[in-house]
Amino acid sequence: MRSPLALLVGVLRDSPFAAMARKEFIQMRRDRLTVMMMVGLPAIQLALFGYAIRTEVRHLPTIVLDESRSSASRSLVDAMRNTGNFDVIGDAHSRDDIRARIEAGEARAAVIIPSDFANDLKRGKQPQAQVIVDAADPLASSAAINAAAAAARSIAGFRAPIDVRVRPWYNPALKSSTYIVPGLVGLLLSITLIVITSMAIVRERERGTLEQLVVTPIDKTSLMLGKIVPFALVGYVQMTVILVLGKLLFRIPLDGSLVLLYVLSAAFIVANLGLGLFVSTIAQTQAQAMQLSFMFMLPNILLSGYMFPREAMPAPAQWIGNLLPLTYYLKILRGILLRGAGFPRMWQEALVLVLFAAAVVSLSVRRFSKTIG
Amino acid sequence: MTTSATQPAIDARGLRRVFGQLVAVDSLTLAVDRGEVFGLLGPNGSGKTTTIRMFCGLLTPTAGTAIVAGCDVVRDGEAVRHRIGYMSQKYGLYDDLTVVENIRFYSTIYGLHGDRREARIAALVEELDLAERVSQFAGTLSGGWKQRLALACAMAHEPPVLFLDEPTAGVDPASRRRFWEIIHEFARRGTTILVTTHYMDEAERCDRLAFMSRGHLIALGTPDEVRKQFGARSVEDVFIELQRKDEQRMAAAG
Repeated sequence: MRSPLALLVGVLRDSPFAAMARKEFIQMRRDRLTVMMMVGLPAIQLALFGYAIRTEVRHLPTIVLDESRSSASRSLVDAMRNTGNFDVIGDAHSRDDIRARIEAGEARAAVIIPSDFANDLKRGKQPQAQVIVDAADPLASSAAINAAAAAARSIAGFRAPIDVRVRPWYNPALKSSTYIVPGLVGLLLSITLIVITSMAIVRERERGTLEQLVVTPIDKTSLMLGKIVPFALVGYVQMTVILVLGKLLFRIPLDGSLVLLYVLSAAFIVANLGLGLFVSTIAQTQAQAMQLSFMFMLPNILLSGYMFPREAMPAPAQWIGNLLPLTYYLKILRGILLRGAGFPRMWQEALVLVLFAAAVVSLSVRRFSKTIG
Repeated sequence: MTTSATQPAIDARGLRRVFGQLVAVDSLTLAVDRGEVFGLLGPNGSGKTTTIRMFCGLLTPTAGTAIVAGCDVVRDGEAVRHRIGYMSQKYGLYDDLTVVENIRFYSTIYGLHGDRREARIAALVEELDLAERVSQFAGTLSGGWKQRLALACAMAHEPPVLFLDEPTAGVDPASRRRFWEIIHEFARRGTTILVTTHYMDEAERCDRLAFMSRGHLIALGTPDEVRKQFGARSVEDVFIELQRKDEQRMAAAG
């Protein structure tokens, strides 16, 4: 390995490293499919994961039986409507009417506000309101209950009419997209970077250009780093696409320092490029590279904490999760984007990523041989 | 490290390469003089490509030594790479780069830069008649043009020794003839060229020939010497006769 300074000076000149990187940029620009994949894939995945996979329930058709007919009861209904979880589709005449309409499937939730609701409120007694949810879908019902509780809390002067056990921080609307979209940045980066990098090198092997390259005096480090540097840019483009679309479509909060996020992301991007390099030292054909890359995908989705909380996993699953760069990057992403965390909170995760990146890149460069047999 | 006047450009002694059970090249001893166009002939699988790959430092010999352009290929593999050009059967061109981009890429990899590099690129384009094709993608070139572009890339750093592995496979006769004129021009200026081929008319144009069969050398000499030695009318007849005898020996031994 050359020293960082020597490497930097080399970059500015016509070094083999620069020649390699420049060639890679030109090829990437001409490869329409790769460019489309770069930008299109994040957009499609964002739509899929952001819209299709939702653990919260929006727009539950709701009927209201308002026996109180007071301004207090009307503001409760408004607050519930404003959560976005309840679509008030009409008034109910009686409790029997509610039962009939939920059974018919016309409504999936009902709000009953008794006649003494406003009086209780005035007298400082805890007012009662009832939310009935079609609990055939337990996920829907728990989300609806939480949303109703949140709605009640949001009305000034109310003490919660429903016993509130869940106190969701950072995501008061319990929107799963808020949680999923930042994670998607990490998941997509790891999938596409490993695939693109490994394919790019194995393609040179298949076409015979790698054989031509290894008879030149180019050193292994320049060859491999020059090869992967352009893909780091791909990573940043993808990341930006997801963040911008996530902000526009899902209104995910971008609370923390984006500069910090982009700086720390470099370690994660290089770690994944390194994994791609590693795959390319094993795979002989593009098909093998593809399959090996996808081997990383399932553990990344299932064990990193992207979809399922790691705390609930059995110990072996947690150990495997500890080996994945994505696990640490997810903490950084969610920490910075959702909680506005700063570097003091993130340095441990960042350090793990830096060490992982350095280890996997140097391992791959060592494994790569300039002889072919 | 420079090649002395008396030292051969390629000096192989007892070179051997084994792949598992298969002995691809065995006890190969061979010296190629500077400025020589040296033809390596033999049927498919006779060890020609393995030999070239050992000379280029792509394969490590199992035994024996090879000095190429004054450098030991085993101990000083990286130094060898500065002093050789190599054109593989697959050409090693980037189809999605233009002609001039391919040449510029390899020139830079070989350490050329600035004005010197641009002057060298211009000279190569001129010498190899690539001027009208400079901005065409390599992937859209026909065989003859590809071959010349590959030669330009391999010659970018003006190496003293050039290895050509079946450079004219799948190329039309006119392009082949032009290619050989260019090769001889390089040789006249001092470049040593080791070339493998299946075309016997090309073999006749080499200064000296070596025949390989089943990994070892079975004949060596100028085309005239080889013809006289075996009382044959053409190199092709010699080649077919030698191969037949060698295969008989193998059958008798096995």
